[in-house]
Parts: sequence; structure tokens; C-alpha cells
Amino acid sequence: MLHKLTIASAAEGLKAGKFSSVELTKAVLERARAVNPKLNAYVTITEEKALEQAKAADVRLSAGKNVTPLTGVPGGLKDIFNTKGVRSTCCSPILKNFVPPYDATVVSKLNDAGMVLTGKLNMDEFACGGSTEHSCFGVTKNPWNQEKVAGGSSGGSAAAVAADMAVYTLGTDTGGSIRQPASLCGVVGLKVTYGRVSRSGVTAMASSWDTIGPFTKTVADAAIVLQAIAGADPRDSTTPNVSVPDYSKSIGQPVKGLKIGVPKEYFGKGIEPETEKVIRDALKEYEKMGAVIKEVSLPYTKYAVAVYYVAMPAELSANLARFDGIRYGAKPQGKVDSLVDYYYQARSEGFGDEIKRRIMIGTYVLSAGYYDAYYRKAQKVRTLIRQDFDNAFKEVDVLVTPVSPFPAFAIGEKKDDPLAMYLADALTIPINCAGVPAISVPAGFTSGGADGKKLPVGMQIIGPQFSEDMIFKAASAFENATQWHTLRPEL
Amino acid sequence: MLNAEQVQHIAKLARLGLSKEEGEKFAKQLSDIMAYVDMLNEVNVDNVEPTSQVTGLENVTREDSVSRFSTKEELLACTELPVEREQVKVKPVITF
Repeated sequence: MLHKLTIASAAEGLKAGKFSSVELTKAVLERARAVNPKLNAYVTITEEKALEQAKAADVRLSAGKNVTPLTGVPGGLKDIFNTKGVRSTCCSPILKNFVPPYDATVVSKLNDAGMVLTGKLNMDEFACGGSTEHSCFGVTKNPWNQEKVAGGSSGGSAAAVAADMAVYTLGTDTGGSIRQPASLCGVVGLKVTYGRVSRSGVTAMASSWDTIGPFTKTVADAAIVLQAIAGADPRDSTTPNVSVPDYSKSIGQPVKGLKIGVPKEYFGKGIEPETEKVIRDALKEYEKMGAVIKEVSLPYTKYAVAVYYVAMPAELSANLARFDGIRYGAKPQGKVDSLVDYYYQARSEGFGDEIKRRIMIGTYVLSAGYYDAYYRKAQKVRTLIRQDFDNAFKEVDVLVTPVSPFPAFAIGEKKDDPLAMYLADALTIPINCAGVPAISVPAGFTSGGADGKKLPVGMQIIGPQFSEDMIFKAASAFENATQWHTLRPEL
Repeated sequence: MLNAEQVQHIAKLARLGLSKEEGEKFAKQLSDIMAYVDMLNEVNVDNVEPTSQVTGLENVTREDSVSRFSTKEELLACTELPVEREQVKVKPVITF
């Protein structure tokens, strides 16, 4: 049963010598191997490396030196993190055999903390999608109901934690790619303030939006992981020199007097009624704990998806221009005569449909004659969305909303309808527009459809920039008052 | 509205090879997306500054010094193309 442990309980057991990291790692790997055929969360399981790291961690633990809460604890990484010597594919055909020659900064930091890497996790190609259906390794299934998606783009990272196939995982969130799968799979997922965690060595999707954060079983665990990975990095010039507080101090703090804003634009029309009820019930829980609930308005909310689908593809098309299948990446299979043909074929064979769509939108909105009408316009409306948040945080400490307008949807339901898929992120994208942090915490379940299978619903708690400590406080208070985070799917 | 011909032109600029069928499929899908983002036109953005980054950083500089991530051999090992004299060999750049 060791695979069911949280980071905090595993660290305690390791420290007390109740079990070794090798024993814990073997239990987690066994679980991962047993469940992966059902869920397809892992695209690579790094068994040998994990056992090697576990042995090293055991030495460190028995010496009692440089021990952190992550020392010897097995975790997984979304396949967008570059890991030296371990295939890192972004779940794209163009990188299917790519083995990076260096580690991302966060990977180095986790290695220094004593991480045991269980493997690399499934995702939508280059983090583009909300269902992990756009992966060249096939869809990740929802641990609560395998007819449904696990969400995306970090679907593998979310499903792995929900199914106890890793004690924790890391993902990336550009428009909701951590929070939405966390909500759909019933685990904790943290989207940090833009720049709180270094992006160096994490394949770029949209550089002014991308963030990195953990998936965990509890809020306290999310604080542990953030502690290990947060901070300025000379290799990422967008990480501001803001001090990193002791996040563990936020856990278990009372929320009496905390001012919680409820933005009216995030409720009502377009929100599935059971999802709305779960969040309304959660707000009552906060009231019982003495928090003050206040309705607020963020009037530009409805433009966020449009802003995102202009600005993000623009950045993405520029970032993905580097993939030419020459210095690294797959070479084309067909016959080519010239260098330009080589580009056409390498990129045509190497990218899936969603990537092609976004590259073309980005190319279009940046082209002469359209730049001002689309790209610059979107950047201006982004300013108005940021101001919405600035104004709201003058009145309240945090905002509480649903994460996803609806619970996990059926596999195939939105795959060929890009716009419907984009609207699934309507409640998470505005947060990325403003670069503020937000968390998804398990807040309840739907009553279950015709098949009687209940689906988890996540609550989103949003704070001002660099207020991760306050978000942890608000989230852990709710967690302590409820049991939702303790429920696990039967597999 | 984007037609298939325009989509083929955009694809060419982005170095994406598309089949005729793909061009038609993407024309419809991209038109839907562009029609949706047209809602931005109803927002008045007079005197609004564009946002290109969110944390207010300015002129972040670093020392102009070389630091190595990887060795030459490690980097050359990443290519699937032939390597000659420590260079990746590609198809002719100019063809007649």
C-alpha cells in the first residue's frame, strides 16, 4: 500500500526508517506498470533510473545529511520537461526519439532535492489541447471513468497522481493545462505566478504564458514541491527576483476574516449545474469557517479565450519554427530534393493537426497587414483583463470559481471541433492572461451519469501575483474541512 | 473567412506541407476560429497599452560570458542526419 502515500507521509516514513526509498519506489513502479495499460498515463517508465536514484536516496537518508521532504520520494514529469539521457518527446512525432543532452532547471533542482524519477507522462502534443487526445501516444483515460478524458494538456500527470502511479508529478499550465486535468481527475494542481518557476529546459509553447507547477494528493504536498522548484534562475530572464517564502507555514492557517470574491462571470450561463452547485457548497463551507464572501465582477472575462487564441498561437508559431528535423528531431520519411522540401516534409510529418492549426493561426495574425488588427489588439485586451484582476484584488484577498465549466467529457466528443475544445478553458485562460497564481482542489463530485460513475469537480482559488502562500492557506483550510481529497478511484 | 488557397499560402509561409484535403479541412476550422476571435473588435482599446509580459520586468541583462550546457559530441548525437567533419549534412540549399 506504499504507493498510496502522500509526499508528507512518505517523507515521514523514510525519515523514521519504516521503509526504504527502494521499497517505496518498487511499490509505486509496480502500481504504475499494473494500471498504465488501462489509463495510458506514462509514455516512458524509467524503472532502472528510478531504482538507481532510490538507492542513492537511501544512502542520503541513512546519513541524515541534505535530506529534504522529496528525498527518495518517487515522482513523474510531463514529457515536456527535458531530462538528460531520458527520451523527452512532447508527445509529438517530430520529437519521438529525442533524448535531450541536458536537464531543465526544475529537473536539476528536483535531482538536488533527491527526486526519484518514475517516468515521463502523456500530454497533448506540445501542450496544445484540453484532453490529451492530441498525443502521438494515444489518449490518457480518466481514472474515474475510462470512457472519459483525463483533461489536458497535462492529462498523464493528473491521471498518474489520481491513480497512485506517482506520489507527485509536474506539469505545465499555459491556459489551464494543470488546473483543468487536476479538476477532471480529482487531484490538487497548482498554476504558479508567471515567472515563479524557471522555464529553462521546458519546451516552450507560448513564452509569455507558460508556467510550471505540481500535481499532488494534498495542498501541503503542493507546497513542498513548490518550495523545491520556485525562485529566480539566471537561465530564465523572466523569473523576477522575488523572495520565496516558507510555504509550509501557510498550511493549516485559519481563514477567519479572509475576503473571498465570487466573480459573477464565472457562474450561470455555460456552467453545468452540478459543477456550479459543488462550488456554491464549497463557498458555504468557507462561510462556516468565518470567511467573508463577496460578489465581484470581472467584466472582460468573456474576451479571454479570444485574446488567448490570437496571442498564444502567435508565440507558439515563433517557438515551433525551430523544429526543422535537422539538428535534432525526426527526419522525414518521404523523398526530398532540396532543403526547403525537407522543411515542408519534416514539419508536415512531424506535427499533428492541432499544432498545424495553431502554427497557421499564429503565422496569419503576425503577418503584414494583420498584426495590428489581431495581435496588437489582443495584447491590448489582455491589458484590460489584467486590470479586471487588479481591481478585484483591491476588494478581496482571493477569488473562488469553478475550474472547468463541466466535468470530464467523453473521449472523441470534442476532438475534431477545435473551438468547442478551446471553450473548455474559458474559466482558466483569464488567469494566465493576468499571470496570477491559482490552484485546483477537489471540491466534490457529480451525481454520476447513466453508468452511475461519479466524476470529480475542482474548485479554483485565484490570488494576486506571488500570493501562492495565501492560496495554500485558503486551499488547505478547505481540505481540512472536507474529505474530497481522500477519495480515490477504483481501478 | 479563409479559403483553401489562402490556407495553402499561410502553410507555405510556415513551412508546413499540406495536402489538398488538409487545406480544405483547415480552411473551415481556421475560419471558425477567426470568426470567434473577431469579438475582440467590439472592445474599445483607445489609450490602452498592449501587454507583452505580466510581471513588469525591465531590461534584464546578464554578463556576456559563455557557459556550456552540453558538449559538442552530445549535441551532434541529437541529429538523425549524417554528420561530417562535425557538421550536420543537409540537402542542397539551392536547386536548379
